Amino acid sequence: MRQGGGQALDPVTTVTTYSHIKSQLVVVGYLADEDLAIAVELAGKLGRPLLVEGAAGVGKTALAIALAEVLETRLIRLQCYEGLDASAAVYEWNYQRQLLSIKVMEGRAGDAAAIERHIFSEEFLLARPLLEAIRQERSPVLLIDEIDRADEEFEAYLLEVLSDFQITVPELGTIVARSIPFVLLTSNGTRELSDALRRRCLYAYVDFPTPEREVEIIAARLPGIERALREQIARFVAALRREELEKVPGVSETLDWAAALMSLGISSLDVSPEELHATLSCLLKTESDLKSATTEVVARLAGKAA
Amino acid sequence: MVPANHNAKTVKRPFLLPIAGFIDHLRLNGFVVGLAETTAVADLLTSPEFDLVHARRSLKVLLASNREEWDRFSALYESYWFGRGRQRQAPSQNLTRKIHPNTAPLPDAWKRHLGQTANDRVPQIESEGDKPEGGGASGRLIAAQTPAHARTDLRHMADAREIAEAEVLAYRLARSMSTRLSRRWQLAHRGRRIDIRRSIRANLGHGGTMIELFRKARPERPVRIIAFVDVSGSMLHYSRFFLQFVKGLVGRWVDTDAYIFHTRLVRVTDAMREKNATKAMMQLSLLAEGFGGGTKLADSLAVFNARYAKRAVNSRTVAMVFSDGYDTGTPKALAAELCKLRKRVPRLVWLTPLLGSANYRPVAASMAAAMPFINCFAAANTISALAAMETELSHLWRTAR
Repeated sequence: MRQGGGQALDPVTTVTTYSHIKSQLVVVGYLADEDLAIAVELAGKLGRPLLVEGAAGVGKTALAIALAEVLETRLIRLQCYEGLDASAAVYEWNYQRQLLSIKVMEGRAGDAAAIERHIFSEEFLLARPLLEAIRQERSPVLLIDEIDRADEEFEAYLLEVLSDFQITVPELGTIVARSIPFVLLTSNGTRELSDALRRRCLYAYVDFPTPEREVEIIAARLPGIERALREQIARFVAALRREELEKVPGVSETLDWAAALMSLGISSLDVSPEELHATLSCLLKTESDLKSATTEVVARLAGKAA
Repeated sequence: MVPANHNAKTVKRPFLLPIAGFIDHLRLNGFVVGLAETTAVADLLTSPEFDLVHARRSLKVLLASNREEWDRFSALYESYWFGRGRQRQAPSQNLTRKIHPNTAPLPDAWKRHLGQTANDRVPQIESEGDKPEGGGASGRLIAAQTPAHARTDLRHMADAREIAEAEVLAYRLARSMSTRLSRRWQLAHRGRRIDIRRSIRANLGHGGTMIELFRKARPERPVRIIAFVDVSGSMLHYSRFFLQFVKGLVGRWVDTDAYIFHTRLVRVTDAMREKNATKAMMQLSLLAEGFGGGTKLADSLAVFNARYAKRAVNSRTVAMVFSDGYDTGTPKALAAELCKLRKRVPRLVWLTPLLGSANYRPVAASMAAAMPFINCFAAANTISALAAMETELSHLWRTAR
């Protein structure tokens, strides 16, 4: 199936590259847990898309960015939204240039067929992420972000692209992938994805990190922060996640908060609860969550964490 | 997918057997895995650089395809390969799958009715849209397992005037929800926008001067409506009226699916479609064993989620629940099932007759648990109350998901 293109595949997708993916990801500051590392390794080795699910802010998108860095290749991102269609995801003709070109060619001799061939050539084609990804010489990381936001029709189309790695433009013919991209799909689980898409992909679920791992993540991203504060922050956030919240803070929120505490010169969580409460806007992103986290709650959580 | 593997052929048969057994074990436990997965696993296990240390994790990545499977995988792996607490943890739909429909005895009450009417309508209702292996004669099977004797005759529901009124209203409400435009554009004579691609191509003959214009518009897509009618004891006075409403909906609105539930869920779309009112009522009465009993809202929704949801729901679906929300199950279970439902159904409308009384607040534990998942919560104790929803329903698609 995948070899349909009959072209030489890029050496990036060879076996050896992925064998030490976990340690390589650590180098670029992404701490993957064992499950996720194996998933990435397998997806790379088998050349299959990887579907990563998990709550917002657990580092699904960050994985793609880190992976592109490790593989020293381009990251091509397709952000999905409701109503995403082919002209935004695959390709579009550059109509303005086409019209201009027709005007320029007006005076010259030439029949309509010749003009048509000219204006529907690659020169006037605007490649959108999917087309761009399969036209790369060196296999890129293709991040299809929040696939659950796109609608079912697009999901079905994507299936076709992901199985054949070729795109048909009626005026140009079929464009076959020069290299097979590493495809990473992410989903927040707001909508159930089709079984067909799930079966096409390898699957990994990313959960919130344990406090110990979160300490390591903070250390990797914010090297300047003290060890004691790091641990306090991780414990505080872990306790906060157990509260009944509308939007549970993710790892990126933890990092924001740690950076905020650092820049405010707070070196331990046993400062006054009011002071701590003022910084919570980094962690809690809805009004009701902020209201429910009163200074008493903050004091209790900080007391546990300290 | 990996092309047909050469390794699997060289693998010795005794080695492949346990793998096939493991895949079968997963399948019995509700995993969706096929031949392709089996070959992928065999391929992986025989590849030279495969590390046995990572076997469990690798297989998990290959074989799980959603979070539930992801979470259950380790236990299943242990139970198969190490025989720890080996037992099947089949989800409910697989339990019914094992029992052959023919072996389930017909309750006496059914035999009598089937004999009397001498038509094959009732089995049809159950099998429609329900593949044989997907729990064949589901309604009948469950009915046989938990016989409920309180049967209510619904024939008196066929009051022509009321039905006509409910039908018209149902259609009007469905219309008000239907203005959901597609995001895609299609060629249309009187479309709002110019289709530049087509126009450029068509006007090349005029030297690129736009003389002939092609237009495009967004096609209107009808909503699909899924109605759940609570016919338990607490709803007895209203279920008749709701059923009329739903009958109107099913009869007039093309894309409708209707279910009734009390302690279990039964699909009644085809019974509702029956043109002959007496026949329809007869079928409903047959299906409605257990009318006026208790409510197991969460269990009923679980059946829908497991069995019908995949086929019945698309991204333009509105689920309408007609229920007072008095449930004998736990609020937590209800919230979990509603959460699952909402992942498939973009909009959920909950109509309760209780809201009609001025001092009603949705404070019953199960109703409070359900509230976060509801897009539109409205009164439905009279025809006029239902009619008043029209504007609210027309704004349904504009509210955030």
